[in-house]
Amino acid sequence: MDLKGFGGQILTGAGLTLAVAALSLVAGLVIGGFGAAAKLSSRRVLRGLADAYTTLVRGVPELLILLLLYFGGTVFLSWVAGEYVEVNGLGAGLFALSILAGAYMTEVLRAAIQAVPKGQIEAARALGLKPAIAVRKVLLPQVWRLALPGLGNVWLVLLKDTSLISVVGLEELMRKSAIAAGATREPFTFYAVAALVYLLFTAVSVIAIALMERRARRGLARV
Amino acid sequence: MLTSLPRFLAGAWLSLQLIALALAAGALLSLPIAFARVSRRRALWLPAFAYIFCFRGTPLLVQLYLIYYGAGQFPWVHDSWLWPLLRQPFGCAVIAFALNTAAYQAEILRGGITAVPEGEVEAARALGMGPWLILRRIVLPQALRLTLPAYGNEIILVVKSSSLASTITLLDITGVARGIVADSFAVYEAFLDAGAVYLILTFLITRAVGMLEHRLMRHLRREDLGVAPTLEPFGA
Repeated sequence: MDLKGFGGQILTGAGLTLAVAALSLVAGLVIGGFGAAAKLSSRRVLRGLADAYTTLVRGVPELLILLLLYFGGTVFLSWVAGEYVEVNGLGAGLFALSILAGAYMTEVLRAAIQAVPKGQIEAARALGLKPAIAVRKVLLPQVWRLALPGLGNVWLVLLKDTSLISVVGLEELMRKSAIAAGATREPFTFYAVAALVYLLFTAVSVIAIALMERRARRGLARV
Repeated sequence: MLTSLPRFLAGAWLSLQLIALALAAGALLSLPIAFARVSRRRALWLPAFAYIFCFRGTPLLVQLYLIYYGAGQFPWVHDSWLWPLLRQPFGCAVIAFALNTAAYQAEILRGGITAVPEGEVEAARALGMGPWLILRRIVLPQALRLTLPAYGNEIILVVKSSSLASTITLLDITGVARGIVADSFAVYEAFLDAGAVYLILTFLITRAVGMLEHRLMRHLRREDLGVAPTLEPFGA
């Protein structure tokens, strides 16, 4: 395929796509951990807040959240700073995807924590393990195994949702392809190239997730 | 909010048209794909697998741009019968959304089809039912009932992804909000109002699906049986 010298640009964009998705995955995992803890908390206020967070974020289009943070962030920061401050696509995009990932991860982690039988923690405590050790040695390894399929799904959704950030000008894979498409007047060629790169990312991710799931299951008897 | 209410109503109407057309066309398209996917013949399942993999493995935005901007690259497309649709953004959005949701719906339906016990199909065959009758009376009703929660999720995903129509100049709910921001820079009002419209839509759909599920499950409603299997909430 003739990329008319845009190959390097598209490769740079693909790298940025991966970096943005990976950073939001990590941020989302942290937010999701707090969110799940809040959802399982005995404090009603915390549960209510976490419920509101996941309901609102999951009930509204991703693009709308991104646009709100991009334009709204500029208005808000300018108001705080007292002068015009522009939020760039990268900041708004990372923020939006992290909030999004956090909402999904909250649900994934909550379900995984609830799926571990309560008796196991009680047994660990009865054996004299301190609460922190019981969580780290008994709860977390099982939560990891139970949450992996859900976390894999969030990663696949994030990879694809990074393309939305091109709408606010971040030069990731999609935006680079659009620039090449405009310059060469061959939109089909360059969007097809972008699609192939996303497909490659997805395929590699699916295989990697399957391997990780197999590894996380290694302690269990084969059915 | 009050002054922009007519604009949001028009936007909601356009969004609803996009969503309904995409869901209906996608549902029709998903039937042959799902049945091809569960077939044992490679000539059938391999293309279905490839279709599902391609549409679920790439962003909807790429698919939308490929159709809206990409199709015009080839002169023969201009002469084809599809050109009146591909020439304007509304047709492109419906085609892209329908092709995309067809892949997700096919995967949902596949889960439902494989969940129908083999013995029931055999029993129907033993009673002398033909393949079409078995499909209509035994397999599809059960597959649809089993997958209703997953269908509800998919409808909400289509509602949310319909906002991408605003990237190809359509004035759907998100498009109206972006227009208001461009006119008056009332950022919070515009986007929060749009968000409220989407929340109302998703809430109504969740309730409607819940009621339908309650109705379809009425013959199973007992403490030990009345639980519907939940499929994964969001697919790859």
